[in-house]
Amino acid sequence: MSDVIKIKRGVDIKLVGEAEKDFAPSIPFETVAIKPADFNGVRFKLSVKEGDEVKAGTPLLFNKDDEQVKFCSPVSGEVAQVVRGAKRRILEVRVLADKKIKYEDFGKADPLSLDKDAIIQKMALSGCWAFLKQRPYNVVAEPSKTPKAIFISGFDSAPLAPDLGLLLDGNENEFQTGINALAKLTSGQVHLGLNSSKPAGRVLSSVKGVKVSKYDGPHPAGLVGVHIAENDPINKGETVWTINPEHVVIIGRLFEAGKFDARINIALTGSEVVDRKYHTTLVGAAIKNFVEGNITEGNNRIISGNVLTGDKIDVEGYLGMYDRQITVIPEGDQPELFGWLIPKPDKFSISRALPSWFQRQIGEVTYKLDTNQHGEERAFVVTGQYEEVFPFDIYPVQLIKAIMINDIEAMENLGIYEVVEEDFALCEVVCTSKIEVQKVVRKGLDLMKEEVG
Amino acid sequence: MKALHNFLEEKIKPNFDKGAKFEKLWPVYDGFATFLFVPGHTAESGAHIRDGIDLKRTMNTVITALIPCLLFGMWNVGYQHYNALGLDVTFFDQILFGAIKVIPMVIVSYGVGLGMEFLFCVLKGHQIEEGYLVTGMLIPLIMPVDLPLWMLALSSAFAVVIGKEVFGGTGMNIFNPALLARAFAFFAYPTWMSGDKVWINTSLADGQSVVDGFSGATILGDLATTGTTSYSPLEAFIGIIPGSVGETSTLLILLGAGLLIFTGIGSWKIMLSGIVGGAVMGIIFNIVAPFAISPEQQAFMAVPFWQQLIYGGFAFGIVFMATDPVSGSQTESGKWVYGFLIGFLGVMIRVFNPAYPEGIMLAILFMNTMAPLIDHYVIQANIKKRQKRLALKTAGA
Repeated sequence: MSDVIKIKRGVDIKLVGEAEKDFAPSIPFETVAIKPADFNGVRFKLSVKEGDEVKAGTPLLFNKDDEQVKFCSPVSGEVAQVVRGAKRRILEVRVLADKKIKYEDFGKADPLSLDKDAIIQKMALSGCWAFLKQRPYNVVAEPSKTPKAIFISGFDSAPLAPDLGLLLDGNENEFQTGINALAKLTSGQVHLGLNSSKPAGRVLSSVKGVKVSKYDGPHPAGLVGVHIAENDPINKGETVWTINPEHVVIIGRLFEAGKFDARINIALTGSEVVDRKYHTTLVGAAIKNFVEGNITEGNNRIISGNVLTGDKIDVEGYLGMYDRQITVIPEGDQPELFGWLIPKPDKFSISRALPSWFQRQIGEVTYKLDTNQHGEERAFVVTGQYEEVFPFDIYPVQLIKAIMINDIEAMENLGIYEVVEEDFALCEVVCTSKIEVQKVVRKGLDLMKEEVG
Repeated sequence: MKALHNFLEEKIKPNFDKGAKFEKLWPVYDGFATFLFVPGHTAESGAHIRDGIDLKRTMNTVITALIPCLLFGMWNVGYQHYNALGLDVTFFDQILFGAIKVIPMVIVSYGVGLGMEFLFCVLKGHQIEEGYLVTGMLIPLIMPVDLPLWMLALSSAFAVVIGKEVFGGTGMNIFNPALLARAFAFFAYPTWMSGDKVWINTSLADGQSVVDGFSGATILGDLATTGTTSYSPLEAFIGIIPGSVGETSTLLILLGAGLLIFTGIGSWKIMLSGIVGGAVMGIIFNIVAPFAISPEQQAFMAVPFWQQLIYGGFAFGIVFMATDPVSGSQTESGKWVYGFLIGFLGVMIRVFNPAYPEGIMLAILFMNTMAPLIDHYVIQANIKKRQKRLALKTAGA
């Protein structure tokens, strides 16, 4: 058994609204959508038009810069609508789902007997490739590169995150097959990070051919970025790929059954969800049937993903490509009289200038937080705050400032290759000056990709 | 509350909207509105939940930490006054006299400083930021009580304009604005900022006179000129001594320090290393005292090192000024060096240069200048580590 890596800096924000560890009866969905905004670093081109019939695994979009990488429909049916935004940017490609899914046949194969190129080709053609993310820059993996390692986080430490053991349960074979395929893609190892204090579930604890490391500590202990930093930090010029375990299962199915079977399990979470359970659905499924009639009255925010990194969507929205939960919390658009002066106990804070800290010393507190920003954006004033929740050997504020002034050399020196947006999510939460840290980091990553490549 | 908010939104706000009559005064409206109500702004990008803390709350905590010093300062002003006149009056009289002297200073400081701040925000159209809330309280506390109010006003204006706004406002300044105000007054009006006439108000009513043998000098003034002081260390610690309004009571400064450290808003690293720095310099002086060039200096150097920490503005400077996060060192390891050097240099300056008994003020301003350099070296170490890792990797490959 490997040693436990202790993550000291970070914080667990305990929220009201964890999902019951129980699967709800399946809820049908009418449409499924691929949202190009989920994928960074790709220039999209449509390969279908409205009205086309597609199967699960038929390409809807492809990458202009690398045409073999396809973004495929997770469902069979008719291309219902291509939603475009400003400058005709594609926002969503919606597919009206058939009752029974028809699949493209990609042919079964054992990854152990295939070479790297054959695996890449199969994954790229079937739509599975898009699940692989590449660092630096947090973009869709480039097949032409060979990563020095592939990292998978086997636990999610974000607020209200689902239990991955439960999400993956019953997919032992598919997961193993997926791992076997991934192992062929890297010159190094496939790493799996597990939580030292919680059972990982049957799938993750039985898998072979991965290097397991165990972590203990508060969020962001479950972020794959932390695992990379602890095991094999990214140097300039190096590439690491990351992937979610539920997507490894989908890759496994591709090789075992020859189809793009993008079923995943998700959790419905958040204080405003009435019946909080686990559900089986499809990558990119419409969330309407999950939330309609199942959330409380009032002004709510629906988030695809968790409260730290998820995307704001509406009732007509779709599950994001990489998301494994839907979270619904109240909107906090009400002004508060002397809110800065009166220390009310219903706010979360890592600062001891608010009662939140005392509450947490006395006992376990779960907060029902809304989306209020609790103040206005300011210049950086307070120091040492990001460092409390940022377990990387990087100066976060200095890096953010370097990004703000577009100083490429400083960004490189300060370690921008090692981080992605989600690694800074907690910094953004605790920021006294309410700076939009994740947005800034994305800006920096985009600039670096453009300038350095 | 709802009604008040609606009134603001419906009746007041339209006057300040774009195109309306008072469009230019929008920052002023916004400043007051957000003072009353934390706005219902929601997190639109990134994390959907946010920490309850904001800059207003942070600044408010610092002000809370300053209040004991302010109240004690008021009493001490009155106490010193009646003591100088040899009158035995009640506690209430003492605090009343002090309040009459000190409250106008606070009002002038806030009035002028915030006025300048508002003016700049209106001119430049940016929001009013909270930085001056603390600065405005600090300025009267670090000035002698007899400083004419117009000098105080001028110093406050200088602090806001040259100290802060020219750099881009709160968060952008290089020097601590409150200390800059003091430095301005110190160099512009030295006779009002030093010597033995300004620390205790000796204005006389009919029939009153100053007691025989009265000296209004501060401990540091005494030490610099004669090498001795008539005040006991206990009096200095409690603060029943002449000095700037809020700086005298080390005891209450420690209370404020406790709040700042506990809430995490003031850096304990800077405070601790500052005290260590001052003590180390004090010890060095104790050792080298026999080699001093004059008997006064020899006596000053021989002052037990721990007494250096309770005299003058040392404690106040370390706790409330050195810990300013904007002008101080911003890296955690840099804070150790920064604090240490402030304490070290502060004691050094006051002993070596009797013309500047308030060495701590100059030490902090000097270290404000040096803080980016300290941070630079701390960050370079991190960068070197990263480059070394890369070099190792390429060498191994």
